[in-house]
Amino acid sequence: MIANFSDIFSIGRVGEDGIVVIMVKAVVVLLALATAAAYLTYAERKVAARIQLRIGPNRVGPLGLLQPAADAVKLLFKENAAPSGRDKLLYLVGPALAGGAAIFAFAAIPISGLTCVGGTVVGDGCNGGYPFHWDLIHVNVSLLFVLAVTSLGVYSLFLGGWSANSKYSLLGGLRSSAQLISYEMAVAFALVGAVILAGSLDLEKIVLAQQGAWFVLLQPLAFLLYFTAALAETNRLPFDLPEAETELVAGYHTEYSSMRFGFYFLGEYINMVIVCSIATLVFLGGWLPLLPWIHSDWLGGLVGVAWFLGKVSALLFVMMWLRWTLPRFRYDRLMNLGWKVLLPLGLVNIVVTGAIVAIRAS
Amino acid sequence: MLIEVAKGLAFTLKTMLRKPITVQWPEEQKPTAARHRGRHILHRYDNGLEKCIGCELCAAACPVGCIYVGSAENDPADPVSPGERYAERYEINLMRCIYCGYCAEACPTEAITLGPRFELADYRRERTVVTKAELLEAWPSFAQARRPNSGTGAGADQKGRELHEPGVSPRVAWEAVDELRTDSPRPDEFGVPSHVPRVISPDEAEPR
Repeated sequence: MIANFSDIFSIGRVGEDGIVVIMVKAVVVLLALATAAAYLTYAERKVAARIQLRIGPNRVGPLGLLQPAADAVKLLFKENAAPSGRDKLLYLVGPALAGGAAIFAFAAIPISGLTCVGGTVVGDGCNGGYPFHWDLIHVNVSLLFVLAVTSLGVYSLFLGGWSANSKYSLLGGLRSSAQLISYEMAVAFALVGAVILAGSLDLEKIVLAQQGAWFVLLQPLAFLLYFTAALAETNRLPFDLPEAETELVAGYHTEYSSMRFGFYFLGEYINMVIVCSIATLVFLGGWLPLLPWIHSDWLGGLVGVAWFLGKVSALLFVMMWLRWTLPRFRYDRLMNLGWKVLLPLGLVNIVVTGAIVAIRAS
Repeated sequence: MLIEVAKGLAFTLKTMLRKPITVQWPEEQKPTAARHRGRHILHRYDNGLEKCIGCELCAAACPVGCIYVGSAENDPADPVSPGERYAERYEINLMRCIYCGYCAEACPTEAITLGPRFELADYRRERTVVTKAELLEAWPSFAQARRPNSGTGAGADQKGRELHEPGVSPRVAWEAVDELRTDSPRPDEFGVPSHVPRVISPDEAEPR
């Protein structure tokens, strides 16, 4: 019976998984991310409302829970107004890349530990049974992969800003590319410390290296640096200068409407999920529970998913909470913070971590 | 800097735990302010005579010209108002009105004031021109209905008490007042009364 399972899983094997498994995983990831992005807008509005002593959406469906569906329908049916002087191709590539790159990056994020169907987990492999990884594509440099793909998102912002042939869009696009490139460095440097401790760029291995203590305890500075830089990476307040609606109308997506605009939003919210997922995996022990857990069977895997989602949701809440608390940075201060504070601190963190690891090894 | 951020976060978290102050209109309604400038009311004297003497000063004072007064001579045997003339027609175009209150200021007899009613949207343009039948205070008058123990007929009395209990919305209150109006006909579908409201003579109108 179990052997049959493995056979089905292995049909048309690409890498480690069969084509059936890959297709199912892909559909699940795509639907889950789209839904998550939609409901994040709902959550954001609810959090914002409560902070401002309001109630928030409560008219569409019970507790306003169908609001995202109503918004999606509205976006899809709106007229696709576009400026006549636009660059026709790049104008389309922008939003497509925004949504696409964000969804693509999530492919390498493991949402739970390795599960062996009909076997037991030994170390980081299986003795018999089918090794089921809780990610879409299993690469041994998944952290690097995610960082590389998310930085593709910069193109979407810049192309969107450039192709619309509007000054506000262009300014927003320029700002966003400068900001994202600056903070990309800080993000990477903040993560290096944890990578040194884990000795791997594989997110699964990084998580397993935290079984003793979560890296947030060993690398508190790095966590703080990462989270700050990540806010800038996702264009969230207090670093939402590319949009800065009071200065730039709406920044790079000023000239977008309908579902093209929707795609920028989808990308932004999925990027939030990705950034929080990485923070969870690298610093908060990923799917590792606070309580002892059952490894190596489906239940254990699902419990891991629950822990992972719980931690990610908590971080997402913190992002929203920060947004409605802090005012926007001035542009020069944003650059100062990135280059003169976050980057040097990240370097110090790497040197100190590296030194301690080297001393303990010798 | 981190301490300030933490302080800010603590503040917003505390705010988040407080009860929202949103009033869920239209299900929930708060009474309007005492001097709220909503839709106009044409008043009567306590004996039932209309205060409006048809002088048209309100129409003259109106900066947007939304008031039309069609005045007529009073029949001395059966007067509508204490003056020589009265307003046979009194119409206000609420689409034009800016609720400035100049009409009330101009009025020499305090016949017109701006009231608490504010839910004036309608699906039909014709309905937004309100006529005298809608503007005129009911008889037994609103003022009397307001005093539950004044002893003016059991029905009005009961209604009046309900109207002025706290928590009754102005709309509900107004609908109840509409029901009290037995003498003035409801406007037809174009907002024009089928006839001018029946005039009540002072003798007939004096219930006490």
